[in-house]
Amino acid sequence: MWGICEPTRAPLAKSSRKASPAETAPTAATPKPGVSAVEMGARQREISVSEFFTKNRHLLGFDNPRKALLTCVKEAVDNALDACEEAGILPDIVVKVEAVGNGGPPPPASQASRFRITVTDNGPGIVRQQIPPIFAKLLYGSKFHRLRMSRGQQGIGISAAGMYGQLTTGKPVQIISRTGARSPAHFFEVQIDTKKNEPLILEKKQIDWESPRGTQVTMEVEGRYQKGRASVDEYVEQTIIANPHVKLTYLTPEGETKELPRTYDQVPESPREIKPHPYGIELGMLLKMLQDTKSHWLSGFLAGDFSRVSPHLAEEICKTAGLSPRARPRDVHGQAAENLYKTIQSTKIMAPPTNCLSPIGERAILSGLYQQIKGDFYTAVSRPPAVYRGNPFVIEAGLAYGRGPEQAQEDQQKKAIPLAEGEADQGDDRELARVIRYANRVPLLYQQSACAIFKSVLDTTWRNYGVTQSRGALPAGPMVIFVHMASVWVPFTSESKEAIAEYDEISKEITLALRECGRRLGAFLRRRERAYSEQSRRDIFALYIEEVVESCNRLKGGRLAVAKLKEQLQKMAMKRTGGEKTDEVLGKNGSGPEGLPHSIIVTPDGVEGEVPKMIVDAPAAAAANGNGHPAEEDKDAEESKATAKARGHGKGRRRSAGRAAHGRTTDRRPRSAHRVAKPKTRARRGKG
Amino acid sequence: MAAKTRKIGPVEKKLIGVADVVIDAAQRRRDPTLAIPVRSLSNVTFDERKGLIELGRRKQARSFFNVGMAKKFMQTVLVADALCELQRANLTTSLREIYYRTKHTIKNSHENTLDTQDESDPLIEDLEVTLAALREELHVRAENAGSIVGPLVLVDDGDRVDCARLGKGGYSVPSIVEPEYLEIRQCTADFVLLVEKGTQWNRLSEDKFWRTHNCVLLTGNGQPPRGVRRLARRLHDEKKLPVYVLVDNDPWGYYIYSVIKQGSINLAFESQRMAIPKAKFIGLSSADPEAYELPRNVGIKLNDKDTARAKELLGYTWFQKKGWQTEIKRMLSSGLKYELDALANKDFQFLTKKYLPRKLKEKDWLD
Repeated sequence: MWGICEPTRAPLAKSSRKASPAETAPTAATPKPGVSAVEMGARQREISVSEFFTKNRHLLGFDNPRKALLTCVKEAVDNALDACEEAGILPDIVVKVEAVGNGGPPPPASQASRFRITVTDNGPGIVRQQIPPIFAKLLYGSKFHRLRMSRGQQGIGISAAGMYGQLTTGKPVQIISRTGARSPAHFFEVQIDTKKNEPLILEKKQIDWESPRGTQVTMEVEGRYQKGRASVDEYVEQTIIANPHVKLTYLTPEGETKELPRTYDQVPESPREIKPHPYGIELGMLLKMLQDTKSHWLSGFLAGDFSRVSPHLAEEICKTAGLSPRARPRDVHGQAAENLYKTIQSTKIMAPPTNCLSPIGERAILSGLYQQIKGDFYTAVSRPPAVYRGNPFVIEAGLAYGRGPEQAQEDQQKKAIPLAEGEADQGDDRELARVIRYANRVPLLYQQSACAIFKSVLDTTWRNYGVTQSRGALPAGPMVIFVHMASVWVPFTSESKEAIAEYDEISKEITLALRECGRRLGAFLRRRERAYSEQSRRDIFALYIEEVVESCNRLKGGRLAVAKLKEQLQKMAMKRTGGEKTDEVLGKNGSGPEGLPHSIIVTPDGVEGEVPKMIVDAPAAAAANGNGHPAEEDKDAEESKATAKARGHGKGRRRSAGRAAHGRTTDRRPRSAHRVAKPKTRARRGKG
Repeated sequence: MAAKTRKIGPVEKKLIGVADVVIDAAQRRRDPTLAIPVRSLSNVTFDERKGLIELGRRKQARSFFNVGMAKKFMQTVLVADALCELQRANLTTSLREIYYRTKHTIKNSHENTLDTQDESDPLIEDLEVTLAALREELHVRAENAGSIVGPLVLVDDGDRVDCARLGKGGYSVPSIVEPEYLEIRQCTADFVLLVEKGTQWNRLSEDKFWRTHNCVLLTGNGQPPRGVRRLARRLHDEKKLPVYVLVDNDPWGYYIYSVIKQGSINLAFESQRMAIPKAKFIGLSSADPEAYELPRNVGIKLNDKDTARAKELLGYTWFQKKGWQTEIKRMLSSGLKYELDALANKDFQFLTKKYLPRKLKEKDWLD
């Protein structure tokens, strides 16, 4: 590990030499006979978090260059989105990944080993004093101490990414941030002092910056760019599915520009911060809270520092535990504290409040899936909040099925060639479904099989819903399964946040959500099947009459009143298939989203259901059109903020995507800027 | 009609009848329907007096205006058309060529009339049964898969074939052996020996067994094709020759014998012309390993399929004779089956020199 950074560590030579492994690993030295306790004691030393993580970077998602590149992008984007949403701003994010040559010209993206990542947002900006610690101090942040739903949780992410860059390329993190049009933009170059876990400021100055507000982070890291599963491209695509309120521009290392327009114009409701629920804490935590509380009485502490504990309930708990409600919290320890803890766990307490959660919402999920994935059927389900270990959470699931009407047409054309023996019927069933997982709106790209979501998908009996599934495998078919878990504390299986742990309560909620999606899919498939068979029933007779009459004519040696026989048979066919009545039935009941809530059905004739409304994105458009007047831009931004707060008042910014299918390709792109490379991003699916 | 000079044959007339079914039904506004006799175990009966498996009376209706049957109906009419074409041109052809002849894409669609040969084969059998016309009469032939050698003279297409002068290879039995195609001019043999496998037939032919025992040697290389069965039947009928059957000692061997003797379930309608109720089972019997001292190690363990099939045979009405029940049960209890080839364990010529002579001498066969 150290070998990697050896040649490039000139700027941080001082700090890293001190942290060389021999010196920093006192426990590694095995005591030989003759070493005295004093000598041993002299070797004991404090380990700083940063030192620990430089040696254990895989814990944070930097195990290999490819994953490291993704993790860096992910941390920066997560931070940007969290900041925008907390400030109530509709996020406009620009992600730029460039290959960097090691001294020479940059090699092609697929061979490069160094990348410069730049993530720019239009968020609230960061005040000058906070910039260095946020980007160059591990475990520094606003999110750890609050029980509130956010993408980041511990305050490790972005500083760890910066530290990784520093370790592998020696380059500092560059930050530009501006809090408003009237404030100046600040430029910083920071590094982390891995020994002290403190930021080192290499440069700071005021600069001119074209954006009126926002933050830009640039870091140079060692990495590898490769498309496909768990790539940066996939991350970007999946992010936009779960965050349709984000406008994202992705400049790929290959020089492409992918514009992913905003399709949902509401900033997610800002989640409230809550106090811990008594069921969710452990004894040690309780002891610490008893020490730290500002309350003077035990009952006051219980009622004040926990959610869902009323003063009345607090007294009851104290009584049951055999403690005085008037006791000083600091005096409760040892056996008494243990009794208190046991009593709390056995007392019936209301479930925690759920306004601390901000689920994506069925409409937004639908909108995201519909935009990014081609299909014939979309549906979304939000479960009511539930609780595991005192932490409230919400499960949401979505599903996109089919290949979309364009593909259907293509298939139609392909079939025009007469099929040879053995060519017939190559069904959809060989392709397996794709599962996309999210925790607090962040896509999870690694360790799929260790995740509660994936296991629940496997455990769902998809065969009940008209989808084939082999034993112990994913369901087969052109299908994307979306599952999101929103919680104040998502139980990840590791620090790198890749898989959700399997709590029974969580698995149960996921399964329920998936079943609901499955039921709707089943209803859709059955309905489509019915319409199809009704249609083919009619076709069968029409087609076969031709053949039968011709054959009969030949059998009779060509001396048959062909037209007459045909007419007689056709008349009978019409009668048999219900005549015009069937026509009506076909037209009316052939398909249609009735009875299928929160679903979209796409057919070659049009789109039905809750088709997402298109937004005319004023500020974004102005920016994209290039250099709008700064003051005007600012006004626009303000306005969008107001819109978000007013919630649901689009002020004429949305317009319908239109019912016609071609609306998907024309109406949906309001401004020219959105047109670049869009079909490509939408076409991603499956194989990945 | 007047313009036609050619006479319409009886089979052709039957095929045109299919078209008439459609035309008549259409005239009367009825659903065109063909009544096709059911060809399955549930619709065959064993006539003990005649010793034949016969087709029952149950018929299934194949209607055009029924979504499930429309395609099959259409295909049946198409096949009838193709068969009629053969009649008119006086040609014979194979099942596979019928399939290719009737395959095309239906007008204004992407659908093929037929996708595989598996679809057209049963339709030909359906027509055979429905129209009471044999496959040979429909001018459809199978591969020549049988051989014959022995003291008999045949006339095929005007060519005289002396089966005693055809070396080791013998004469390849054509699939259509009706008297109008193949004449049995002369036969001096005493009996017919029908052998399951080509290997043993070759052995017997090479050893000139037919000369030493004055018999006709026939083989069908496995389940004997129609031509072989029909020829054996004709030798039996016309020359009054007894027929002995030599097969492997396993359930499939027993079944081959029973098909030769009583007819098959699938083609029960042809038993009348194919089956030889007096045919005898000469071997390999489950008693032979002991009688002829075959070592146990040349046997093969019965697998699950064999056992299941043997138990099925025990249930067939035509295997209810006491001798047969003991024969099959003996095999089941030994748990072993024996191939004819296993006789070579004793001597390459054991079959010719010891086994068959002793069998014939002791009249050791099952009826």
